[in-house]
Amino acid sequence: MEFSGRVWRLGDNIDTDVIIPARWLNTTDPQELASHCLEDIQPEFNHAVQAGDIIVAGRNFGCGSSREHAPIAIKASGVACVVATSFARIFYRNAINIGLPILECPGGTGSTETSHQLLVNVENGRVKNLTTGEVYQANPFPPFMRELIRAGGLLPYVAAQIGRQQQP
Amino acid sequence: MTITEKILADHAGLVEVHPGQLISARVDVVLGNDITAPVAIEQFATLGADRVFDPQRVILVPDHFTPNKDIKSAEQVKKVREFAREHGTVYFEVGQMGIEHCLLPEQGLVVPGDLIIGADSHTCTYGALGALATGVGSTDMAAAMATGQTWFRVPSTLKFVFYGHLPPWVGGKDLILYTIGQIGVDGAQYQAMEFTGETIAELSMDGRFTMANMAVEAGAKNGIFAADAKTISYIGERARRPFKVYRSDPDAEYAAVYEFDVRNLEPQVAFPFLPENVKPVSQAGPVEIAQVVIGSCTNGRLEDLALAARVLQGHQVHRDVRLIVIPGTQEIYLAAMRQGYIETFITAGAAVSTPTCGPCLGGHMGILAKGERAVSTTNRNFVGRMGHPESEVYLANPAVAAASAILGRIASPEEVV
Repeated sequence: MEFSGRVWRLGDNIDTDVIIPARWLNTTDPQELASHCLEDIQPEFNHAVQAGDIIVAGRNFGCGSSREHAPIAIKASGVACVVATSFARIFYRNAINIGLPILECPGGTGSTETSHQLLVNVENGRVKNLTTGEVYQANPFPPFMRELIRAGGLLPYVAAQIGRQQQP
Repeated sequence: MTITEKILADHAGLVEVHPGQLISARVDVVLGNDITAPVAIEQFATLGADRVFDPQRVILVPDHFTPNKDIKSAEQVKKVREFAREHGTVYFEVGQMGIEHCLLPEQGLVVPGDLIIGADSHTCTYGALGALATGVGSTDMAAAMATGQTWFRVPSTLKFVFYGHLPPWVGGKDLILYTIGQIGVDGAQYQAMEFTGETIAELSMDGRFTMANMAVEAGAKNGIFAADAKTISYIGERARRPFKVYRSDPDAEYAAVYEFDVRNLEPQVAFPFLPENVKPVSQAGPVEIAQVVIGSCTNGRLEDLALAARVLQGHQVHRDVRLIVIPGTQEIYLAAMRQGYIETFITAGAAVSTPTCGPCLGGHMGILAKGERAVSTTNRNFVGRMGHPESEVYLANPAVAAASAILGRIASPEEVV
């Protein structure tokens, strides 16, 4: 799986309150959530974001609340994947569970800036900045998580398990 | 093995586990609230499961936007209520409801040795009981409601040893804010935080709940305390199930050991916009405030209200400040009333509310306008957390919050008592 897209560059410790403020959590509708995604720190994001764009961030992306509305809002806004130096653990689980591709680049993403063009290979973790030519390496997923991702997220994976158990 | 590793091993049916290992484990309790459960309920319907794995172990507590703040929230809560009735799960209605992480221990629904997942990041609070409790999202909640199982990566453990008697007005909130200030908001990422030492032995259960509660603010999977005589005396009569006490082995392996001498620790204040931006209260400088919130899953317990009442006794809330006090549960509310704390609050000019998470996450019951600053006993001071993106939240203990309400600026309790 490979994505090529335009970058939105964010900083360290992007918390789920700024990804989707709690005042919008009285709904579960992905499109409505997407229309408020990142509005407190990037007011232009939700009207300028295009399908296939890539979020690039620093350390501890998605820290704070367990609200799955955060990766849901990002995914519904059309973002193809998120590349960060590190992810907060609940966000990490949530993103994989709902099928939002995320890549952890412990060495960071150099001079990558908003509007650069990025090429991301989810299989081998190779991230190339097509604007600057820089290449970064993401951590590979453990085999179990690759299985989850292949199944399309946790729900299809568990549904298959339940289906197997219910067969005589 | 550490306590965390032992609990995971037992629940996975393994003799031992090692940090980094991926395991599938049985969970004792699955928890959700009015924000996370509606998503989980929609997902549960897609799984093909016709019932929850054990209705007594699925606990639903609408506490964030309750009493319902608007029509959409009312619809969300209704969805949770109907699911709870259909499946016979544990459910708390407004009137019995409390803030989930104050309520579950008080009701004896979580006990030492448990493995608990909750679709709320502050689920880690129950680590105070010697349980392994961690926050997850709605999809994990949905899958665990169906199967009673979930997957974990075994975390390595950081050990925090605290030495010395706590100075006056210093408690669990200050210990955890200080710790986060030392290691940073991702200082324990993917790891367990084990709290121990002579200071911890002296610390009350309420203080331990506060510390475990904020483990997630350091990025941790869980915060945990070995159950001791205080734990047993707290949970003894409340526990609805038998429980098991785990201790770390003397030769348990830790990723790192931090030792903190807290004899001279001052009350701590976390400045915007991260819980790691911590200063001693004496170095806060002049910070004028418009609101004070005393409550939440972090500091909404009886000891917290007692401290605030002690500071507020005989004083008036500053004319430029709105003081909002929110007991964590109905039982805490009643006890505070019987102790006279509620009268102290109201006489001082505070608004006292039925239990709700409300203002902590900028939901309702105390939203900040542009440019306003609040001192709050809650757990997060992110951009826009309590309202307008240009408002500010300063995190502190209940005594500092009460003193600040009186003086209209960040203040030490020693300035008023």
